[in-house]
Amino acid sequence: MSADLTASTAADLSTALQAGDLSSVEVTRAYLDRIAATDGTIGAYLHVDAEAALQSAEAVDAARAKGEELGPLAGVPMALKDVVVTEGVPTTSGSKILEGWRPPYDATLAARLKAAGTVLLGKTNMDEFAMGSSTENSAYKVTRNPWDTDRIPGGSSGGSSAAVAGGLAPWAIGTDTGGSIRQPAAVTGLVGHKPTYGSVSRYGLIAFSSSLDQAGPMTRTVLDAALLHEAIAGHDPLDSTSIDSPVPVLAESARRGAEGDLAGLRVGVVTELGGDGHTDGYEPGVLARVAEAIALLEGMGAEVRQISCPAFDLALPAYYLIAPSEASSNLARFDGVRYGLRAGDDGSRDLDEVMALTREQGFGPEVKRRIILGTYALSSGYYDAYYGQAQKVRTLITRDFTSAWDDVDVLVSPTSPTVAWSIGSRVDDPIAMYAADLCTLPASLAGVPAISVPCGLSEGLPVGFQIMAPALADDRCYRVAAALEAAQDAARGHALLAGMATKENAPS
Amino acid sequence: MSDTLVDFDEVLTRYEPVIGLETHVELGTASKMFCGCSTTFGAEPNTQTCPVCLGLPGSLPVVNAEAIESTIRIGLALGCRIASWSRFARKNYFYPDIPKGFQTSQYDEPLCTAGHLDVELDGETYRVEIERVHIEEDTGKNLHVGGSTGRIHGADHSLVDYNRAGIPLVEIVTRPIPGAGAKAPEVARAYVTELREILLALGVSEVRMEQGNLRSDVNTSLAPIGSLDWGTRTETKNVNSLRSVERSVRFEMRRQAAVLDAGERVVQETRHFHEDTGSTSSGRSKEEATDYRYFPEPDLVPIAPDEEWIEKLRAALPELPAARRARLREEWGLSDTEMAWIVNAGALGLVSDTVAAGATPADARKWWLGELARRANDSGVELTELAVTPEQVAELAGLVAAGTVNDQLARQALDGVLAGEGDPAAVVESRGLAVMGDSDELVAAVEAAIEGNPDVAEKVRSGKVQAIGALVGAVMKTTRGKADAATVKRMLEERLVSG
Repeated sequence: MSADLTASTAADLSTALQAGDLSSVEVTRAYLDRIAATDGTIGAYLHVDAEAALQSAEAVDAARAKGEELGPLAGVPMALKDVVVTEGVPTTSGSKILEGWRPPYDATLAARLKAAGTVLLGKTNMDEFAMGSSTENSAYKVTRNPWDTDRIPGGSSGGSSAAVAGGLAPWAIGTDTGGSIRQPAAVTGLVGHKPTYGSVSRYGLIAFSSSLDQAGPMTRTVLDAALLHEAIAGHDPLDSTSIDSPVPVLAESARRGAEGDLAGLRVGVVTELGGDGHTDGYEPGVLARVAEAIALLEGMGAEVRQISCPAFDLALPAYYLIAPSEASSNLARFDGVRYGLRAGDDGSRDLDEVMALTREQGFGPEVKRRIILGTYALSSGYYDAYYGQAQKVRTLITRDFTSAWDDVDVLVSPTSPTVAWSIGSRVDDPIAMYAADLCTLPASLAGVPAISVPCGLSEGLPVGFQIMAPALADDRCYRVAAALEAAQDAARGHALLAGMATKENAPS
Repeated sequence: MSDTLVDFDEVLTRYEPVIGLETHVELGTASKMFCGCSTTFGAEPNTQTCPVCLGLPGSLPVVNAEAIESTIRIGLALGCRIASWSRFARKNYFYPDIPKGFQTSQYDEPLCTAGHLDVELDGETYRVEIERVHIEEDTGKNLHVGGSTGRIHGADHSLVDYNRAGIPLVEIVTRPIPGAGAKAPEVARAYVTELREILLALGVSEVRMEQGNLRSDVNTSLAPIGSLDWGTRTETKNVNSLRSVERSVRFEMRRQAAVLDAGERVVQETRHFHEDTGSTSSGRSKEEATDYRYFPEPDLVPIAPDEEWIEKLRAALPELPAARRARLREEWGLSDTEMAWIVNAGALGLVSDTVAAGATPADARKWWLGELARRANDSGVELTELAVTPEQVAELAGLVAAGTVNDQLARQALDGVLAGEGDPAAVVESRGLAVMGDSDELVAAVEAAIEGNPDVAEKVRSGKVQAIGALVGAVMKTTRGKADAATVKRMLEERLVSG
């Protein structure tokens, strides 16, 4: 275990806690101290309750001292993206319209992590209602990339990525609708996994796009991701779309994968995602790191071939019809009647005016843009041309995956076409911002699992490598990612994050 | 401003009405459509709520299987085709009583389609085609405080009660019903009546119209007689009594005829029905151009009832009202008209239960359609609301048949039962209502009558036998009606006639 608790993996913390070499209060305090010292710069958190965190830690320590049976994660701190509903703890989804709301219930995954004895450090910043790729759409604050604080930490789970990369949490939960776990993980040098749709309960995740949203782990290592994933996965009767099947063995797959034997594994490189004739918008440094990673897989025995998935070219327009359509409906409940912001209720305005004013003041520009887009796409007379067509594209993308699985076990691609960009550089160009999700959207639309694992640096910034697998075969993602991680760490001599030279601590 | 109306009979000289009904039925499931909250009526506002039916951020729906089963059973009872694959859809609109900003409903993939319901009216049968039966969730209830109308206009503030939000609601939609002519208002009423009977027989809803368990939207249009096209329809919303269904059609026919007579166009709109005046008025304009932006509900998986389950439900359907009526009419030996009277009085169940409790069909019918109907009418309540059970009525009829009481005494016994004094036999006992036998008391009363009316007695003795009635009356008066008139007459004859 690293001497610095805030640089440790969660797995190491878990081992030390179980062995009694470390108390939960010690590790929790270490993180809280680091948050106090650096979050003013990073801006990862929207809400931190140090007292509550220490109380939870003390409770775990006391239980352990009494010899109570505790789970392996008991006492390990963690952070939740603010889209996760937490009982009694402010939950805003990054929006002013929910400012001050303290939910009366816990999301299923929050309840599971609570029951596992993890310690909630706080709620992390995000693009408002998870709409964005840079966390700049948060209604509250800018979050900075610990690798370079002038750059974005990705999004929409940018608070979680910055917290974990910056040592402000050992691991965190993110959510992914079109890439919001994988892209921020990629640009901050983390592992981020979007589980098979339906394998992690959505109950208590503030919905953006119901048919796409999935929560998943954002961690420093592949093993950590597998451990956190196992803790939140499994059937939930409160979510009708939750899959009622056993959770695949993930941590064990990660450990096996790290042994570096990929003999017989068939890997498909998706032509449409940065391959020949599809390199527009991809940074050469990103493509170079991805090519090196593919070579590493081959070196471990994998059979690599090119796979064409023509419908992937249509993923971006399809996604930007389906997700806003569902969002326009999901966000209709924020009307000022029952909770959160209510604007203009001074007796001079009627109901419709108060609702309109509440939404005008409570939603930011990107949210409004998507509500308008979605409202239009669902309108009578346009439905077939937009929402209907987009659903057909979704079917085509699913078919491309299905036929790919005849030939390969996993598909790979860059996670994001570029490394982290400068804060502010894309805020006036939504289309450029949307392009950041180019590689992550197909897996989202098809509901298949996909992981992003670091594959080196370009211009001193992390590059992510995406591994996609068939539905319910999340274990394959972990196996291949762990193999790649192990091979790279061995070649480099240390984990990628350990080489982070931030502006504040870089040797000048 | 009051509407110009054309006399009803005159409407039919120029126009042909077409009606249609959309009926909402709250199912009687113990829990709500998408969460575990209770559905009990009348609880304190907002006490039967949870994150799901309040639409709190992050909450998700889970389908109530019993509600799906009830919907399928309704579909089967109406002869519908049951879909093998059906989805929920979101109906998007803003209103405070829908907590999610959309109502979870069904759109183009309903559970049941293409059924029918035969409605009997004055010996004729009208076939009402059922377009669809689907399941959705009810809304909350807005309470507008201040202002005089109870409507949002002019109110000081509004409160919302979400206890009703999420209660399973089945919507039953007819196809347009042409050809009823002057009977259109009654056909509308008879359809809702028959539908209500079916729902009661299925046991899927309490169908209490006064509690809003069943509410109909009534569509009415008029076309000039002989026209090939139907006219523009209006939709009178939330009509919640059988009588109002009939009146709303009648009113709309008269109003629309006046509009058309004046050479104007009927506006396609929703209208409110006013119980007090029996009239309708133009509804909220906000509904005129609503685009609900329906799309499949992504939070729920499709419903795919398998054939085996459907057949099991079909086989377990109870005897339906029409079949039951036919069987009972046969068993009771009644004519169609006699049976229709019972049905129209809403007394079928009561009569049937009374027969089951031992009364003859004739007695049961006589009591419920006679004395009891009169009393219900006098107190302005439904027959079912009278404080007397079918078992008590059967007991009463039994006492009359056994000669323990006569009809007049039986009515007095009924007074006691209705006043909560107990079962008929107990009331007869406690009030001392039993008919007097050939007792000393009766002998004394008979002799007193002869002595007290010597001239009448003399007339009888001299052969004017019909004069005996006055003496019988005198005895009945002395005994305060407790004597049996035939017995009294016999005793008088023994003393005055046979010698």
